[in-house]
Amino acid sequence: MSSLSATIQDVFNEPGCGKNANKSEAERKKGCTKQLQPGGAAGGCAFDGAKIALQPLTDVAHLVHGPIACEGNSWDNRGAKSSGSNLWRTGFTTDINETDVVFGGEKRLFKSIREIIEKYDPPAVFVYQTCVPAMIGDDIDAVCKAAREKFGKPVIPINSPGFVGPKNLGNKLAGEALLEHVIGTEEPEYTTPYDLNIIGEYNLSGELWQVKPLLDELGIRIMACISGDGKYKEVASSHRAKAAMMVCSKAMINVARKMEERYGIPFFEGSFYGIEDSSDSLREIARMLIERGAPAELMDRTEALIAREEAKAWAAIAKYKPRFQGKKVLLITGGVKSWSVVAALQEAGLELVGTSVKKSTKEDKERIKELMGQDAHMIEDMTPREMYKMLKDARADIMLSGGRSQFIALKASMPWLDINQERHHAYMGYVGMVKLVEEIDKALYNPVWAQVRKPAPWEQAGDNWQSRAMAQAEAEATALAADPVKAEEVRRSKKICNCKSVELGVIEDAIIASNLSTVEGVREATNASGGCGACAVRIEEILEQMVPASHAIAAE
Amino acid sequence: MATVTVSKKACSVNPLKMSQPIGGALAFMGLRGAMPLLHGSQGCTSFGLVLFTRHFKEAIPMQTTAMSEVATVLGGYENVEQAVLNIYNRTKPEIIGICSTGVTETKGDDVDGYIKLIREKHAAVAHLPIVYVSTPDFKDAFQDGWEKTVTRIVETMVDAPKSAARRDPAKINVLPGCHLTPGDLDELRTILEDFGLEPTFLPDLAGSLDGHIPDDFTPTTIGGVGVEEISTMGQAGWTIAIGEQMRRAAEALQQKTGVPFRLFERLCGLEANDALMAFLTEISDRPAPMKYRRQRGQLVDAMLDGHFHIGGRKLAVGAEPDLLNEIGGLLTEMGAQLLVAVTTTQSPVLERLPTEEVLIGDLEDLENLAKVKDCDLMVTHSHGRQAASRLKIPFFRMGIPMFDRLGGGHQLMVGYRGARDLIFAISNLLMADHEENHEPTPDSWRDGVGASHAATSH
Repeated sequence: MSSLSATIQDVFNEPGCGKNANKSEAERKKGCTKQLQPGGAAGGCAFDGAKIALQPLTDVAHLVHGPIACEGNSWDNRGAKSSGSNLWRTGFTTDINETDVVFGGEKRLFKSIREIIEKYDPPAVFVYQTCVPAMIGDDIDAVCKAAREKFGKPVIPINSPGFVGPKNLGNKLAGEALLEHVIGTEEPEYTTPYDLNIIGEYNLSGELWQVKPLLDELGIRIMACISGDGKYKEVASSHRAKAAMMVCSKAMINVARKMEERYGIPFFEGSFYGIEDSSDSLREIARMLIERGAPAELMDRTEALIAREEAKAWAAIAKYKPRFQGKKVLLITGGVKSWSVVAALQEAGLELVGTSVKKSTKEDKERIKELMGQDAHMIEDMTPREMYKMLKDARADIMLSGGRSQFIALKASMPWLDINQERHHAYMGYVGMVKLVEEIDKALYNPVWAQVRKPAPWEQAGDNWQSRAMAQAEAEATALAADPVKAEEVRRSKKICNCKSVELGVIEDAIIASNLSTVEGVREATNASGGCGACAVRIEEILEQMVPASHAIAAE
Repeated sequence: MATVTVSKKACSVNPLKMSQPIGGALAFMGLRGAMPLLHGSQGCTSFGLVLFTRHFKEAIPMQTTAMSEVATVLGGYENVEQAVLNIYNRTKPEIIGICSTGVTETKGDDVDGYIKLIREKHAAVAHLPIVYVSTPDFKDAFQDGWEKTVTRIVETMVDAPKSAARRDPAKINVLPGCHLTPGDLDELRTILEDFGLEPTFLPDLAGSLDGHIPDDFTPTTIGGVGVEEISTMGQAGWTIAIGEQMRRAAEALQQKTGVPFRLFERLCGLEANDALMAFLTEISDRPAPMKYRRQRGQLVDAMLDGHFHIGGRKLAVGAEPDLLNEIGGLLTEMGAQLLVAVTTTQSPVLERLPTEEVLIGDLEDLENLAKVKDCDLMVTHSHGRQAASRLKIPFFRMGIPMFDRLGGGHQLMVGYRGARDLIFAISNLLMADHEENHEPTPDSWRDGVGASHAATSH
């Protein structure tokens, strides 16, 4: 396990991560594993993150070493698509029992690997560590090594048990496993000056195939996609690519950066969500490949293709623009896609009323601010009721979010569209953008909304639950408006730091009392941001607003 | 009489089984104002949450103690304490239901002790109902988690009545197994009410996860049986338990309150419902309403119409024991042969199944056996989709999870009407399969008697 904690430390020390670079030495050591909040957390674990990142490798047998929960409750539930093998959709687990917990699960793991190789003969087996075997000390590295020697096949340990941290960390640990055990272990049959790696793309709903034809047309070969529709051999020989595109914001930045370091493969961070982003990414790919030796005429062909595709896409979208006039979108999504989707929606003429940035890094948030303007309405921790109220106040006409929050919108009889992993539509590239706009239009103008909003025959006007809820909210607001003391109390009681349970008022008082100007100062005085540190951004904003005021007070 | 065997494989491939803690969490979801809390790392909850959300197409209340590696080693008291307080402050639940997981069971956290300490330390939660169930992931299956949780709720939340005189013969307790859908519970409620009885369901998923539009937004469950109502279950005249898995809970209830119980191993099929009708007639002292006499006739007719399609079918079923018993039983009664039966956990019903062998195994076993035995109808949850498509045989989805079709929560099986509709649904599937894949061609019989796989064999 010492190697695991070393790996985690290494992952935390990511120079490619802007957030990390801004940290002090001590903070960096503490890492970015958020102290998850008991009773208030909802995300996946590190194992989940590792599995999400690697499972789209289609011809690999993904074996989960753990009790039934880890695989039995979750297998075959990802929307990634494969152009070849379907082995990745087969659920393999050691399903360890009480005896294994007492005597150790290594033998069962070894036998499981043997069974898989005998029955399914995959090019590689990936073994995922989970909490229980990690606790009892099962050494999966050793088992994988023994299996590798015995069966003469790559057996790759993925050391990312759930309890080491959140999903995001799991993504990176998965990347480390690829770097350590897979990438650079095989050689490609041939190389071309047009060989590109795509990193952090999972081919959800087959969206990679919305872009691949364009690359095909330009003669650009996707040497390896990590990991959507990827194959083991491609990833193993991906160190011979000429350039790389990192798609999924920060999820696998360690892979991109270390491949640059080790193999000299330059990378850029880009997105295929939205028309302009797609064009920029294509240009950047062409530029990098040319820099690495591809003929310069590639850029001319790329520009021609971009011009053609943009014209087609704009023409297709143009007819929706009048229909979207004045329509507002509430966007609730994790960090991964926030910034790219924002750009995409604005291109279609929609107005953004807010975006949840729960999982975004500070850099992501800045990017959203940049894209949406300085007064971007960031929604940090919207409760279901607030979300409903926002929709109901018609401040939003449609909500775009991941699968889990959809029911709030649907129960509020508001149009909703899925833009996260379990969605059924692909939204990448030019065709994807047009598709997204089509889907928003379909959702917005579906006559079902008028139907479901009709009162039941036994309902009195204004006496349904919706109006009661709204009346209640209004009454509360009016009461507060009439009572400035109470209003101030409510404002001050807003919780800023969830981990240490510190309210806004306490922070404000501390800033004034001790004339604080830094997050560190606030932390020392109030303990706020002493837990996961996620609220540091909010404290900075408070400081920005407060500090001139407190200085003024101090000056008096 | 079936023999029960356990798969010898080291590696489970394409699991049929789901874990105990989420079975327990689902049971808590049938309580009003409940917040199920898994004591484990946050993935334990997250996987369950996604699974139920995709099955019920509803927002699912479920929380985690978010155990980190360090907390796991040092013990989870602080995490449980923080979780309980956070849930209490944020969501004002009427009850918190805690299930342990593999992580915290490996360490051996004394959660009952923790709860006692938390109550002593924090006056606000001193009287908040908190029920804890031990449900390690590395033991048993989903159905067992449900069983243990309902039993635990009975043990801790039902009041022992002061005297038997206060018993109300019109009040009926219903303890449904987790193989019944919210739709099944609604159907049962209607039946019981038609006999003039007032049922209390524990758990009552029909109140909470039937897909209705709620009266208000709560982050906890939005319906289900209330804490008060559970405490008065000792005043009922009878308890009806459905599925062998509910025996322990029914016994616990009887032991605590003296309420007698009748266990219905099955409630899908003609005989099973005849037994229910006879029992309800007896305890309510009312004749079966006309409606059910007509429905019985409809079921008989459906069985006659359906047996042309279901008769002779070679059936492969993968389900938890009680669901396997229901569907395997119904189809066998209509002439199908239950050739392959795969299940998740031990149960006394298994050896009574109308088949030779029951295997505790996975969907790889189901697929391989179905192939060997040339089965031509597969029944299991949505995860059977890959196997069925490889085998190219008709596939009927039953059980949790059903994530790739709508209406899983309303699929009806109990009552005369439930069995009737189920027979229609399965027969229609078989007819459609015949039209698509087995219409005769000029070559169908060319090889004469003895040739296998004639196109018209079904």
